[in-house]
Amino acid sequence: MSSKFGYTKLDSGTVNLDNANFDVAKKVAQQERSFTYCIACGSCTATCSAGNFTEYNLRKIQLMVRRGEVEPLRETITRCMLCGKCQMVCPKGVSTRNVVLQISKLLKQPVAKEQLTDKLHPTDDRKI
Amino acid sequence: MKSVVIVGAGIAGIEAAAKLTKSGVKVFLVEKEKEIGGHLRQWDRLFPTQENAQKVLEDIIDGLDNRAEVLKNVTVQHVEKKGDKFEITLTNNRSLTTDAVLMATGFDTFNARRKEEYGYGIYDNVITSTELEEMFKTERVLCTNGKAPERVAFVHCVGSRDAKVGNRYCSKVCCVTAVKQASEVKQLYPEAEVYNFYMDLRMFDRKFEDMYHEAQTSCGVQFVRGRLSEAAETKDGRLQIKAEDTLLGKPLKLTVDMLVLMTGMEPCSSGVALAKKLKIEQGSDRFFNGQNAYNLRNFTSTQGLFLAGTCTGPKTIPETLADARAAAAEVLSYLTK
Ligand SMILES: Cc1cc2nc3c(=O)[nH]c(=O)nc-3n(C[C@H](O)[C@H](O)[C@H](O)COP(=O)(O)OP(=O)(O)OC[C@H]3O[C@@H](n4cnc5c(N)ncnc54)[C@H](O)[C@@H]3O)c2cc1C
Ligand code: SF4
Ligand code: SF4
Ligand code: SF4
Repeated sequence: MSSKFGYTKLDSGTVNLDNANFDVAKKVAQQERSFTYCIACGSCTATCSAGNFTEYNLRKIQLMVRRGEVEPLRETITRCMLCGKCQMVCPKGVSTRNVVLQISKLLKQPVAKEQLTDKLHPTDDRKI
Repeated sequence: MKSVVIVGAGIAGIEAAAKLTKSGVKVFLVEKEKEIGGHLRQWDRLFPTQENAQKVLEDIIDGLDNRAEVLKNVTVQHVEKKGDKFEITLTNNRSLTTDAVLMATGFDTFNARRKEEYGYGIYDNVITSTELEEMFKTERVLCTNGKAPERVAFVHCVGSRDAKVGNRYCSKVCCVTAVKQASEVKQLYPEAEVYNFYMDLRMFDRKFEDMYHEAQTSCGVQFVRGRLSEAAETKDGRLQIKAEDTLLGKPLKLTVDMLVLMTGMEPCSSGVALAKKLKIEQGSDRFFNGQNAYNLRNFTSTQGLFLAGTCTGPKTIPETLADARAAAAEVLSYLTK
Protein backbone atom coordinates (compact mmCIF):
# COMPACT_ATOMS: atom_id res chain seq x y z
CA MET A 1 0.00 0.00 0.00
CA SER A 2 2.58 2.53 1.04
CA SER A 3 4.84 1.59 -1.90
CA LYS A 4 2.14 3.03 -4.13
CA PHE A 5 3.15 6.42 -2.79
CA GLY A 6 6.81 5.89 -3.54
CA TYR A 7 8.02 5.06 -0.05
CA THR A 8 8.18 2.12 2.28
CA LYS A 9 7.45 2.18 5.95
CA LEU A 10 10.40 1.22 8.11
CA ASP A 11 9.42 0.47 11.67
CA SER A 12 13.03 0.58 12.79
CA GLY A 13 13.12 4.25 11.78
CA THR A 14 10.78 5.19 14.59
CA VAL A 15 12.08 6.42 17.90
CA ASN A 16 10.09 4.35 20.34
CA LEU A 17 10.22 6.19 23.61
CA ASP A 18 8.01 3.55 25.25
CA ASN A 19 10.81 0.99 25.05
CA ALA A 20 13.82 3.25 25.10
CA ASN A 21 16.77 2.69 27.38
CA PHE A 22 17.64 5.90 29.21
CA ASP A 23 20.41 4.39 31.36
CA VAL A 24 23.26 6.05 29.50
CA ALA A 25 21.48 9.41 29.53
CA LYS A 26 20.87 9.18 33.26
CA LYS A 27 24.43 8.15 34.01
CA VAL A 28 25.95 10.88 31.84
CA ALA A 29 23.74 13.45 33.57
CA GLN A 30 24.91 12.14 36.93
CA GLN A 31 28.56 12.40 35.97
CA GLU A 32 28.20 15.72 34.16
CA ARG A 33 25.21 17.78 35.18
CA SER A 34 25.66 20.29 32.34
CA PHE A 35 24.67 17.50 29.91
CA THR A 36 21.09 18.48 30.69
CA TYR A 37 21.57 22.16 29.77
CA CYS A 38 21.76 21.67 25.98
CA ILE A 39 19.23 23.58 23.87
CA ALA A 40 20.28 21.96 20.58
CA CYS A 41 21.65 25.15 19.02
CA GLY A 42 24.25 23.29 16.95
CA SER A 43 27.19 25.61 17.67
CA CYS A 44 29.29 22.65 18.82
CA THR A 45 28.61 20.78 15.58
CA ALA A 46 29.36 23.88 13.53
CA THR A 47 32.82 24.33 14.99
CA CYS A 48 33.79 20.66 15.48
CA SER A 49 36.70 19.47 13.30
CA ALA A 50 35.54 15.87 13.51
CA GLY A 51 32.08 17.00 12.43
CA ASN A 52 33.31 18.98 9.46
CA PHE A 53 35.18 16.01 7.98
CA THR A 54 33.17 12.99 9.08
CA GLU A 55 29.61 12.07 9.88
CA TYR A 56 30.13 13.10 13.49
CA ASN A 57 27.56 15.45 15.00
CA LEU A 58 27.89 16.28 18.69
CA ARG A 59 24.50 17.96 19.03
CA LYS A 60 22.86 14.90 17.49
CA ILE A 61 24.92 12.46 19.56
CA GLN A 62 23.75 14.14 22.78
CA LEU A 63 20.17 14.09 21.58
CA MET A 64 20.41 10.42 20.62
CA VAL A 65 21.70 9.58 24.09
CA ARG A 66 18.80 11.51 25.54
CA ARG A 67 16.37 9.52 23.38
CA GLY A 68 17.99 6.21 24.30
CA GLU A 69 19.42 5.66 20.80
CA VAL A 70 22.88 4.65 21.96
CA GLU A 71 23.73 1.61 19.81
CA PRO A 72 24.69 3.56 16.67
CA LEU A 73 27.06 5.70 18.74
CA ARG A 74 29.57 3.09 19.84
CA GLU A 75 31.83 3.66 16.85
CA THR A 76 30.98 7.30 16.13
CA ILE A 77 31.84 8.60 19.57
CA THR A 78 35.48 7.51 19.12
CA ARG A 79 35.96 10.11 16.36
CA CYS A 80 36.16 12.97 18.84
CA MET A 81 39.69 14.32 19.26
CA LEU A 82 38.85 16.00 22.59
CA CYS A 83 40.11 19.31 21.22
CA GLY A 84 37.52 21.27 23.22
CA LYS A 85 36.44 23.72 20.51
CA CYS A 86 32.82 22.73 21.09
CA GLN A 87 33.10 23.73 24.72
CA MET A 88 34.36 27.21 23.79
CA VAL A 89 31.33 28.02 21.66
CA CYS A 90 28.54 26.41 23.68
CA PRO A 91 26.19 29.19 24.83
CA LYS A 92 24.77 27.07 27.63
CA GLY A 93 28.09 26.23 29.21
CA VAL A 94 27.80 22.50 28.59
CA SER A 95 31.04 20.77 29.51
CA THR A 96 30.97 19.05 26.15
CA ARG A 97 34.36 17.35 26.38
CA ASN A 98 33.39 15.68 29.60
CA VAL A 99 30.03 14.74 28.11
CA VAL A 100 31.84 13.00 25.23
CA LEU A 101 34.23 11.35 27.68
CA GLN A 102 31.40 10.07 29.83
CA ILE A 103 29.43 8.78 26.85
CA SER A 104 32.47 6.95 25.44
CA LYS A 105 33.25 5.44 28.81
CA LEU A 106 29.72 4.18 29.16
CA LEU A 107 29.66 2.75 25.67
CA LYS A 108 32.93 0.85 26.07
CA GLN A 109 31.78 -2.53 27.21
CA PRO A 110 31.58 -3.91 29.66
CA VAL A 111 31.05 -0.86 31.80
CA ALA A 112 32.16 -1.46 35.36
CA LYS A 113 30.08 0.54 37.81
CA GLU A 114 33.17 1.70 39.78
CA GLN A 115 34.61 3.28 36.65
CA LEU A 116 31.75 5.71 36.52
CA THR A 117 32.14 7.20 39.95
CA ASP A 118 35.32 9.21 39.33
CA LYS A 119 34.05 12.72 38.88
CA LEU A 120 35.74 14.58 36.07
CA HIS A 121 35.49 18.33 36.54
CA PRO A 122 32.07 18.55 38.15
CA THR A 123 30.68 21.79 36.76
CA ASP A 124 28.75 24.46 38.52
CA ASP A 125 26.73 26.38 35.98
CA ARG A 126 26.88 29.59 38.04
CA LYS A 127 30.63 29.88 37.62
CA ILE A 128 31.19 30.05 33.91
CA MET B 1 1.37 69.74 45.75
CA LYS B 2 2.84 66.23 45.86
CA SER B 3 5.92 65.65 43.77
CA VAL B 4 7.81 62.80 42.16
CA VAL B 5 11.16 62.39 40.46
CA ILE B 6 11.11 60.14 37.43
CA VAL B 7 14.57 58.88 36.55
CA GLY B 8 14.92 58.26 32.82
CA ALA B 9 12.95 59.93 30.05
CA GLY B 10 12.50 57.04 27.67
CA ILE B 11 8.92 56.26 26.70
CA ALA B 12 8.29 54.69 30.15
CA GLY B 13 9.33 57.83 32.01
CA ILE B 14 7.57 60.16 29.59
CA GLU B 15 4.30 58.22 29.63
CA ALA B 16 4.27 58.00 33.44
CA ALA B 17 5.07 61.74 33.65
CA ALA B 18 2.20 62.53 31.28
CA LYS B 19 -0.29 60.57 33.38
CA LEU B 20 0.93 61.90 36.73
CA THR B 21 1.03 65.57 35.72
CA LYS B 22 -2.46 65.23 34.31
CA SER B 23 -3.58 64.25 37.80
CA GLY B 24 -1.91 67.30 39.32
CA VAL B 25 1.33 65.77 40.55
CA LYS B 26 4.50 67.83 40.19
CA VAL B 27 6.96 65.79 38.08
CA PHE B 28 10.70 66.24 37.68
CA LEU B 29 11.68 64.14 34.66
CA VAL B 30 15.41 63.53 34.81
CA GLU B 31 17.27 62.42 31.67
CA LYS B 32 21.00 61.83 31.42
CA GLU B 33 21.13 62.37 27.65
CA LYS B 34 20.69 65.68 25.87
CA GLU B 35 17.32 64.62 24.43
CA ILE B 36 14.38 62.72 25.85
CA GLY B 37 12.91 59.63 24.15
CA GLY B 38 15.42 56.91 25.02
CA HIS B 39 15.95 54.12 22.50
CA LEU B 40 13.01 55.06 20.31
CA ARG B 41 15.09 57.94 19.00
CA GLN B 42 17.26 55.39 17.22
CA TRP B 43 14.59 53.26 15.56
CA ASP B 44 13.27 53.79 12.03
CA ARG B 45 10.08 51.82 11.47
CA LEU B 46 8.52 49.77 14.23
CA PHE B 47 7.23 46.23 14.46
CA PRO B 48 4.54 45.08 14.09
CA THR B 49 2.97 47.56 11.64
CA GLN B 50 5.91 49.57 10.25
CA GLU B 51 4.84 52.75 12.02
CA ASN B 52 7.40 55.55 11.91
CA ALA B 53 9.20 55.46 15.28
CA GLN B 54 9.75 59.22 15.39
CA LYS B 55 6.06 59.83 14.82
CA VAL B 56 5.11 57.44 17.64
CA LEU B 57 7.67 59.08 19.91
CA GLU B 58 6.35 62.57 19.09
CA ASP B 59 2.83 61.44 19.99
CA ILE B 60 4.02 60.10 23.33
CA ILE B 61 5.97 63.29 24.05
CA ASP B 62 2.92 65.39 23.06
CA GLY B 63 1.09 63.66 25.92
CA LEU B 64 3.35 65.56 28.30
CA ASP B 65 1.88 68.85 27.13
CA ASN B 66 4.81 70.70 28.75
CA ARG B 67 3.45 69.96 32.22
CA ALA B 68 6.51 68.16 33.57
CA GLU B 69 9.75 69.84 34.51
CA VAL B 70 12.18 68.12 32.14
CA LEU B 71 15.80 68.15 33.26
CA LYS B 72 18.17 67.02 30.50
CA ASN B 73 21.87 66.21 30.51
CA VAL B 74 21.67 65.44 34.18
CA THR B 75 21.34 62.46 36.44
CA VAL B 76 20.93 61.61 40.09
CA GLN B 77 24.12 61.98 42.06
CA HIS B 78 22.77 61.19 45.48
CA VAL B 79 19.45 60.04 46.85
CA GLU B 80 18.34 59.31 50.36
CA LYS B 81 15.00 58.65 51.99
CA LYS B 82 14.43 60.80 55.07
CA GLY B 83 11.12 60.10 56.74
CA ASP B 84 8.49 60.15 54.02
CA LYS B 85 10.57 62.26 51.66
CA PHE B 86 13.30 61.53 49.15
CA GLU B 87 16.22 63.94 49.19
CA ILE B 88 17.93 64.06 45.87
CA THR B 89 21.01 65.80 44.58
CA LEU B 90 21.43 65.99 40.83
CA THR B 91 24.75 66.04 38.99
CA ASN B 92 24.23 69.76 38.32
CA ASN B 93 24.18 70.19 42.13
CA ARG B 94 20.50 71.02 42.19
CA SER B 95 18.63 69.59 45.21
CA LEU B 96 15.11 68.23 45.09
CA THR B 97 12.84 66.96 47.84
CA THR B 98 10.01 64.75 46.59
CA ASP B 99 7.36 62.38 47.90
CA ALA B 100 8.12 59.54 45.51
CA VAL B 101 10.71 58.26 43.04
CA LEU B 102 9.91 56.34 39.88
CA MET B 103 12.77 54.46 38.25
CA ALA B 104 12.39 54.28 34.46
CA THR B 105 16.02 53.81 33.53
CA GLY B 106 15.44 51.34 30.70
CA PHE B 107 18.09 49.22 29.04
CA ASP B 108 21.44 49.27 27.25
CA THR B 109 22.04 47.18 24.16
CA PHE B 110 24.61 44.43 24.57
CA ASN B 111 28.15 45.42 23.57
CA ALA B 112 28.75 43.17 20.54
CA ARG B 113 32.55 43.42 20.95
CA ARG B 114 32.16 41.01 23.83
CA LYS B 115 31.27 38.23 21.37
CA GLU B 116 34.64 38.35 19.69
CA GLU B 117 33.98 35.23 17.60
CA TYR B 118 31.41 37.16 15.55
CA GLY B 119 34.01 39.76 14.60
CA TYR B 120 32.24 42.98 15.55
CA GLY B 121 34.79 45.80 15.63
CA ILE B 122 37.31 43.46 13.98
CA TYR B 123 35.93 42.91 10.47
CA ASP B 124 34.17 45.39 8.23
CA ASN B 125 30.46 44.92 7.62
CA VAL B 126 29.68 43.21 10.90
CA ILE B 127 27.05 45.56 12.30
CA THR B 128 24.48 45.58 15.09
CA SER B 129 20.70 45.72 14.75
CA THR B 130 20.84 49.25 16.18
CA GLU B 131 23.27 50.34 13.48
CA LEU B 132 21.04 48.81 10.82
CA GLU B 133 18.11 50.88 12.14
CA GLU B 134 20.28 53.97 11.73
CA MET B 135 21.09 52.89 8.15
CA PHE B 136 17.37 52.44 7.42
CA LYS B 137 16.76 55.96 8.72
CA THR B 138 19.25 57.41 6.24
CA GLU B 139 18.01 54.98 3.57
CA ARG B 140 21.58 53.89 2.91
CA VAL B 141 22.09 50.24 3.72
CA LEU B 142 25.52 49.78 2.23
CA CYS B 143 28.73 47.88 2.84
CA THR B 144 31.84 49.84 3.76
CA ASN B 145 32.95 49.74 0.10
CA GLY B 146 29.80 51.67 -0.80
CA LYS B 147 28.15 48.73 -2.55
CA ALA B 148 24.76 47.26 -1.83
CA PRO B 149 25.04 43.91 -0.04
CA GLU B 150 24.11 40.89 -2.15
CA ARG B 151 23.90 38.54 0.77
CA VAL B 152 23.03 39.42 4.34
CA ALA B 153 22.81 37.20 7.42
CA PHE B 154 21.07 38.04 10.68
CA VAL B 155 22.31 36.42 13.88
CA HIS B 156 19.72 36.05 16.62
CA CYS B 157 20.49 35.96 20.35
CA VAL B 158 23.76 37.94 20.37
CA GLY B 159 24.44 38.54 24.04
CA SER B 160 21.21 36.84 25.07
CA ARG B 161 20.60 33.21 26.06
CA ASP B 162 24.34 32.96 26.42
CA ALA B 163 25.93 31.79 29.65
CA LYS B 164 29.38 32.73 28.32
CA VAL B 165 28.56 36.43 28.55
CA GLY B 166 26.51 36.02 31.72
CA ASN B 167 23.14 36.70 30.06
CA ARG B 168 20.99 33.61 30.27
CA TYR B 169 17.72 35.37 29.58
CA CYS B 170 15.93 36.00 26.31
CA SER B 171 15.74 39.67 25.26
CA LYS B 172 12.31 39.11 23.80
CA VAL B 173 12.18 41.79 21.07
CA CYS B 174 15.14 40.76 18.90
CA CYS B 175 13.50 37.81 17.11
CA VAL B 176 10.68 39.95 15.80
CA THR B 177 13.11 42.82 15.10
CA ALA B 178 15.25 40.40 13.05
CA VAL B 179 12.20 39.28 11.07
CA LYS B 180 11.26 42.92 10.52
CA GLN B 181 14.75 44.00 9.49
CA ALA B 182 15.32 40.98 7.21
CA SER B 183 12.05 41.77 5.42
CA GLU B 184 13.06 45.43 5.11
CA VAL B 185 16.40 44.47 3.54
CA LYS B 186 14.53 42.28 1.04
CA GLN B 187 12.15 45.12 0.26
CA LEU B 188 15.09 47.44 -0.31
CA TYR B 189 17.09 44.89 -2.33
CA PRO B 190 14.72 42.26 -3.78
CA GLU B 191 17.64 40.49 -5.45
CA ALA B 192 19.61 40.10 -2.24
CA GLU B 193 19.72 36.79 -0.38
CA VAL B 194 18.81 37.17 3.27
CA TYR B 195 19.27 34.50 5.95
CA ASN B 196 18.21 34.49 9.59
CA PHE B 197 20.06 32.19 11.97
CA TYR B 198 17.89 31.48 14.98
CA MET B 199 17.68 28.99 17.84
CA ASP B 200 13.97 29.46 18.50
CA LEU B 201 11.74 32.01 16.80
CA ARG B 202 9.80 33.85 19.47
CA MET B 203 6.82 35.32 17.64
CA PHE B 204 4.83 35.75 20.82
CA ASP B 205 2.59 38.71 20.22
CA ARG B 206 -0.29 39.69 18.02
CA LYS B 207 0.68 40.09 14.32
CA PHE B 208 4.20 38.68 14.86
CA GLU B 209 3.41 35.32 13.29
CA ASP B 210 2.01 37.18 10.28
CA MET B 211 5.29 39.08 10.00
CA TYR B 212 7.17 35.76 10.00
CA HIS B 213 4.81 34.41 7.35
CA GLU B 214 5.31 37.49 5.17
CA ALA B 215 9.08 37.36 5.66
CA GLN B 216 9.17 33.77 4.44
CA THR B 217 6.63 34.12 1.63
CA SER B 218 6.46 37.53 -0.05
CA CYS B 219 9.90 38.65 1.08
CA GLY B 220 11.71 35.34 0.56
CA VAL B 221 13.85 35.41 3.68
CA GLN B 222 15.57 32.08 4.43
CA PHE B 223 15.39 30.83 8.01
CA VAL B 224 18.10 28.51 9.29
CA ARG B 225 17.72 26.88 12.67
CA GLY B 226 21.21 26.99 14.09
CA ARG B 227 23.39 29.31 16.09
CA LEU B 228 26.57 30.71 14.54
CA SER B 229 29.74 29.33 16.05
CA GLU B 230 31.97 31.93 14.39
CA ALA B 231 32.56 34.40 11.58
CA ALA B 232 35.82 34.93 9.70
CA GLU B 233 36.94 37.30 6.99
CA THR B 234 37.62 35.82 3.55
CA LYS B 235 40.53 36.89 1.31
CA ASP B 236 38.23 39.14 -0.71
CA GLY B 237 36.97 40.88 2.42
CA ARG B 238 33.65 39.10 2.72
CA LEU B 239 32.50 37.21 5.79
CA GLN B 240 32.35 33.46 6.11
CA ILE B 241 30.05 32.18 8.80
CA LYS B 242 29.66 28.73 10.29
CA ALA B 243 26.62 27.17 11.88
CA GLU B 244 24.87 23.85 11.96
CA ASP B 245 21.66 23.56 10.02
CA THR B 246 20.16 21.66 12.93
CA LEU B 247 17.03 20.67 11.01
CA LEU B 248 19.17 19.03 8.33
CA GLY B 249 21.71 17.85 10.89
CA LYS B 250 24.66 19.12 8.86
CA PRO B 251 27.35 21.74 9.41
CA LEU B 252 26.80 24.71 7.13
CA LYS B 253 29.02 27.46 5.72
CA LEU B 254 27.91 30.67 4.09
CA THR B 255 29.73 33.70 2.72
CA VAL B 256 27.94 37.00 3.17
CA ASP B 257 28.57 40.70 2.52
CA MET B 258 26.96 41.92 5.70
CA LEU B 259 26.40 40.31 9.07
CA VAL B 260 23.80 41.83 11.39
CA LEU B 261 24.07 40.97 15.09
CA MET B 262 20.78 41.10 16.99
CA THR B 263 22.19 42.50 20.20
CA GLY B 264 20.08 41.90 23.28
CA MET B 265 19.01 44.10 26.15
CA GLU B 266 20.86 44.55 29.42
CA PRO B 267 19.64 46.71 32.31
CA CYS B 268 20.99 50.25 31.80
CA SER B 269 24.33 50.48 33.67
CA SER B 270 23.61 53.97 34.93
CA GLY B 271 20.23 52.80 36.21
CA VAL B 272 21.87 49.83 37.92
CA ALA B 273 24.33 52.11 39.73
CA LEU B 274 21.44 54.15 41.07
CA ALA B 275 19.40 51.05 41.93
CA LYS B 276 22.24 49.83 44.10
CA LYS B 277 22.20 53.10 46.06
CA LEU B 278 18.45 52.72 46.49
CA LYS B 279 18.83 49.05 47.49
CA ILE B 280 16.52 47.93 44.71
CA GLU B 281 16.63 44.16 44.43
CA GLN B 282 17.97 42.77 41.15
CA GLY B 283 17.26 39.37 39.63
CA SER B 284 19.98 36.98 38.45
CA ASP B 285 19.54 38.72 35.06
CA ARG B 286 20.34 42.03 36.84
CA PHE B 287 17.01 43.60 35.82
CA PHE B 288 15.14 45.12 38.77
CA ASN B 289 12.71 43.01 40.72
CA GLY B 290 9.37 44.38 41.79
CA GLN B 291 7.80 43.08 44.98
CA ASN B 292 6.59 40.14 42.94
CA ALA B 293 6.43 39.26 39.25
CA TYR B 294 2.64 39.57 39.02
CA ASN B 295 0.45 42.22 40.59
CA LEU B 296 3.21 44.08 42.45
CA ARG B 297 5.70 44.49 39.63
CA ASN B 298 5.86 48.28 39.96
CA PHE B 299 6.53 48.28 43.73
CA THR B 300 9.89 48.00 45.47
CA SER B 301 10.42 47.13 49.13
CA THR B 302 10.90 50.87 49.81
CA GLN B 303 7.65 52.82 50.29
CA GLY B 304 7.35 55.51 47.65
CA LEU B 305 9.93 53.96 45.32
CA PHE B 306 8.45 52.54 42.11
CA LEU B 307 9.59 50.89 38.87
CA ALA B 308 8.42 51.24 35.26
CA GLY B 309 9.40 50.07 31.79
CA THR B 310 12.29 47.95 30.62
CA CYS B 311 14.30 48.42 33.82
CA THR B 312 12.24 45.43 35.05
CA GLY B 313 13.02 43.33 31.96
CA PRO B 314 12.74 43.36 28.15
CA LYS B 315 9.46 44.75 26.83
CA THR B 316 7.95 45.93 23.57
CA ILE B 317 6.67 49.49 23.23
CA PRO B 318 3.01 48.70 24.05
CA GLU B 319 4.13 46.62 27.02
CA THR B 320 6.40 49.43 28.22
CA LEU B 321 3.62 51.99 27.92
CA ALA B 322 1.09 49.78 29.72
CA ASP B 323 3.60 49.18 32.50
CA ALA B 324 4.33 52.92 32.78
CA ARG B 325 0.64 53.75 33.07
CA ALA B 326 0.21 51.06 35.72
CA ALA B 327 3.16 52.47 37.64
CA ALA B 328 1.73 56.01 37.37
CA ALA B 329 -1.58 54.79 38.81
CA GLU B 330 0.24 53.16 41.74
CA VAL B 331 2.32 56.28 42.38
CA LEU B 332 -0.82 58.38 42.32
CA SER B 333 -2.70 56.20 44.80
CA TYR B 334 0.37 56.21 47.05
CA LEU B 335 0.53 60.02 46.96
CA THR B 336 -3.18 60.49 47.61
CA LYS B 337 -3.56 57.81 50.25
C1 LIG C 1 16.96 46.90 18.20
C2 LIG C 1 15.64 47.16 18.89
C3 LIG C 1 14.52 47.49 18.13
C4 LIG C 1 13.27 47.70 18.74
N1 LIG C 1 12.19 47.93 17.95
C5 LIG C 1 10.95 47.97 18.52
C6 LIG C 1 9.78 48.05 17.69
O1 LIG C 1 9.88 48.14 16.46
N2 LIG C 1 8.55 48.00 18.31
C7 LIG C 1 8.43 47.86 19.68
O2 LIG C 1 7.29 47.76 20.18
N3 LIG C 1 9.54 47.82 20.48
C8 LIG C 1 10.78 47.88 19.93
N4 LIG C 1 11.89 47.79 20.75
C9 LIG C 1 11.71 47.88 22.21
C10 LIG C 1 11.69 49.38 22.67
O3 LIG C 1 12.88 49.99 22.26
C11 LIG C 1 11.50 49.45 24.19
O4 LIG C 1 10.26 48.89 24.53
C12 LIG C 1 11.54 50.89 24.73
O5 LIG C 1 12.65 51.60 24.27
C13 LIG C 1 11.57 50.85 26.26
O6 LIG C 1 11.51 52.15 26.79
P1 LIG C 1 12.08 52.50 28.24
O7 LIG C 1 11.66 53.87 28.55
O8 LIG C 1 11.75 51.43 29.21
O9 LIG C 1 13.68 52.42 28.09
P2 LIG C 1 14.75 53.31 27.20
O10 LIG C 1 14.24 53.52 25.83
O11 LIG C 1 16.03 52.59 27.38
O12 LIG C 1 14.79 54.69 27.98
C14 LIG C 1 15.43 54.83 29.23
C15 LIG C 1 15.89 56.27 29.41
O13 LIG C 1 16.41 56.44 30.71
C16 LIG C 1 17.61 57.20 30.65
N5 LIG C 1 18.40 56.89 31.85
C17 LIG C 1 18.91 55.68 32.21
N6 LIG C 1 19.56 55.76 33.39
C18 LIG C 1 19.46 57.06 33.79
C19 LIG C 1 19.93 57.75 34.92
N7 LIG C 1 20.62 57.12 35.89
N8 LIG C 1 19.65 59.07 35.00
C20 LIG C 1 18.96 59.71 34.03
N9 LIG C 1 18.49 59.10 32.94
C21 LIG C 1 18.74 57.79 32.82
C22 LIG C 1 18.23 56.76 29.35
O14 LIG C 1 19.18 57.69 28.90
C23 LIG C 1 17.01 56.64 28.45
O15 LIG C 1 16.71 57.87 27.84
C24 LIG C 1 13.14 47.60 20.16
C25 LIG C 1 14.27 47.31 20.92
C26 LIG C 1 15.51 47.06 20.31
C27 LIG C 1 16.69 46.70 21.16
S1 SF4 D 1 36.17 18.05 21.52
FE1 SF4 D 1 35.43 16.47 20.10
S2 SF4 D 1 33.29 17.04 19.74
FE2 SF4 D 1 34.31 18.85 20.60
S3 SF4 D 1 34.99 20.04 18.83
FE3 SF4 D 1 36.70 18.73 19.42
S4 SF4 D 1 36.45 16.90 18.15
FE4 SF4 D 1 34.50 17.97 18.09
S1 SF4 E 1 26.72 24.14 21.65
FE1 SF4 E 1 25.93 23.52 23.69
S2 SF4 E 1 23.75 24.03 23.67
FE2 SF4 E 1 24.46 24.08 21.55
S3 SF4 E 1 23.99 22.04 20.75
FE3 SF4 E 1 26.12 21.99 21.49
S4 SF4 E 1 26.00 21.30 23.63
FE4 SF4 E 1 23.94 21.91 23.01
S1 SF4 F 1 13.92 37.28 21.23
FE1 SF4 F 1 14.79 35.77 19.85
S2 SF4 F 1 16.78 36.68 19.26
FE2 SF4 F 1 16.10 37.74 21.10
S3 SF4 F 1 17.10 36.64 22.76
FE3 SF4 F 1 15.00 35.81 22.53
S4 SF4 F 1 15.26 34.04 21.19
FE4 SF4 F 1 17.11 35.29 20.99
